[in-house]
Amino acid sequence: MTRKLVMIVILGSAIAVACRPALAHHGAAAYDTTKTVTLKGTVAKWLWSNPHCLLLLDATDDNGQVVHWVAETQNPLSMSNMGWANDSFKPGDHITLRVTPSKNGTPIGLVVDVVLANGHKLNARNFVADEPKTDASPKQ
Amino acid sequence: MRISRVAGQAAIVALLVAPLLHGQVEPPRPTEQIPLSAGSETPEDVLDGWHRTIPTKVHNQKSAPAPRHDIGGTWDPGPTNGIQGSGAPNRPDDGNPAHEPPFTPLGLELMQRTKPTGGFRSVLPGETNDPMDQGDPQGMPREDLYELRVTQIVQMPEKVLVLYTFGRVWRVIWTDGRDFPTNMEPRWFGWSIGKWVDDTTLLVETRGVDERTWVDRAGRPHSADMRVLEWFHRVDRDHLELSVEVDDAKMYMKPWVASYKMPFNLRPPDYDVREMIYAPSDENEYHRLLADPVSKPNSH
Repeated sequence: MTRKLVMIVILGSAIAVACRPALAHHGAAAYDTTKTVTLKGTVAKWLWSNPHCLLLLDATDDNGQVVHWVAETQNPLSMSNMGWANDSFKPGDHITLRVTPSKNGTPIGLVVDVVLANGHKLNARNFVADEPKTDASPKQ
Repeated sequence: MRISRVAGQAAIVALLVAPLLHGQVEPPRPTEQIPLSAGSETPEDVLDGWHRTIPTKVHNQKSAPAPRHDIGGTWDPGPTNGIQGSGAPNRPDDGNPAHEPPFTPLGLELMQRTKPTGGFRSVLPGETNDPMDQGDPQGMPREDLYELRVTQIVQMPEKVLVLYTFGRVWRVIWTDGRDFPTNMEPRWFGWSIGKWVDDTTLLVETRGVDERTWVDRAGRPHSADMRVLEWFHRVDRDHLELSVEVDDAKMYMKPWVASYKMPFNLRPPDYDVREMIYAPSDENEYHRLLADPVSKPNSH
């Protein structure tokens, strides 16, 4: 029984380590990886730059107020391998954005995926193990 | 029966003695031979910088043997293997004490002063003291141990040039038989000398690395006395392996292998390598828009 418990703890720890988001350069310590937020809005700016690409989104919150979100991805080289490009978005594009939100409550997130107006989906993770479990999205 | 047993024993003796008679000595190997903890990914294909699809696997074709004393080519470690976000892949900073390098008391003290944004001790992006975050070069051996991307190796009669994607930096490995100079001013990438230890393995020693650099992304320190050993081993025409060992008696009780047999695939000569430059203006914008506000105390 004890041996089985030890095995479960070791296996669980190994999976937990393996499932940490693999965000290069600045890590993911600023994000609450147990949550995900779904946002709908228009693209204000798409910065295809290092160390991380930044997607600036004007989203409407529960009270009808526009909130300026900043969401980061990995670097252009990594994103290219996942089908993203410097012309993936232009200002004014209507998109649905899912992010892992910041821990400190600022409107900042780590991109999970984006659905374009034409239904095309862009994934920002090259693995699915770290998919957040709790939906903490504001009600649309 | 008896003859065959004696012949067998003689053959064993011959195998053991022959290298000594012919002056062959077993080339130095990394002190620890541990498989990489990272998975060896081989995606079906990748995009080069010209947006062309480059097949990764050559189906039903066996690679030709490795050419003698030749590691030149465009080498790809895959899209994620080379990132090494938690530090040296053979010694990841993952909270497992068995993975910690064998620190001396000084090495442990200096390691604890570092604030990396990767590994078990990750801090918020606005709180890091990673020298790279200020725009410093990664230096050696961190260039091998963090964001190791497609790497071009250009071989000349007297030297080998290594062209790295990350930061668009390059270094020289002298192979003309020279020794290290008596006075080595600190260099970000150190002073490197390479020697062929067998037909397909170039052993590179680097000294004189500026001690402001980190060994890896997890903030492992080094002194000015550090020696870095790299084994570039061409397995066959299409595959290369890189092993890296750190030897620094001031910081570590014994040499430790940071990376063991990191695999690379050969890309065609016309493969266009993308740019990956962390320009200060981009870094500043990243901090202004994201890293600094996300690192402030809770706004709730």
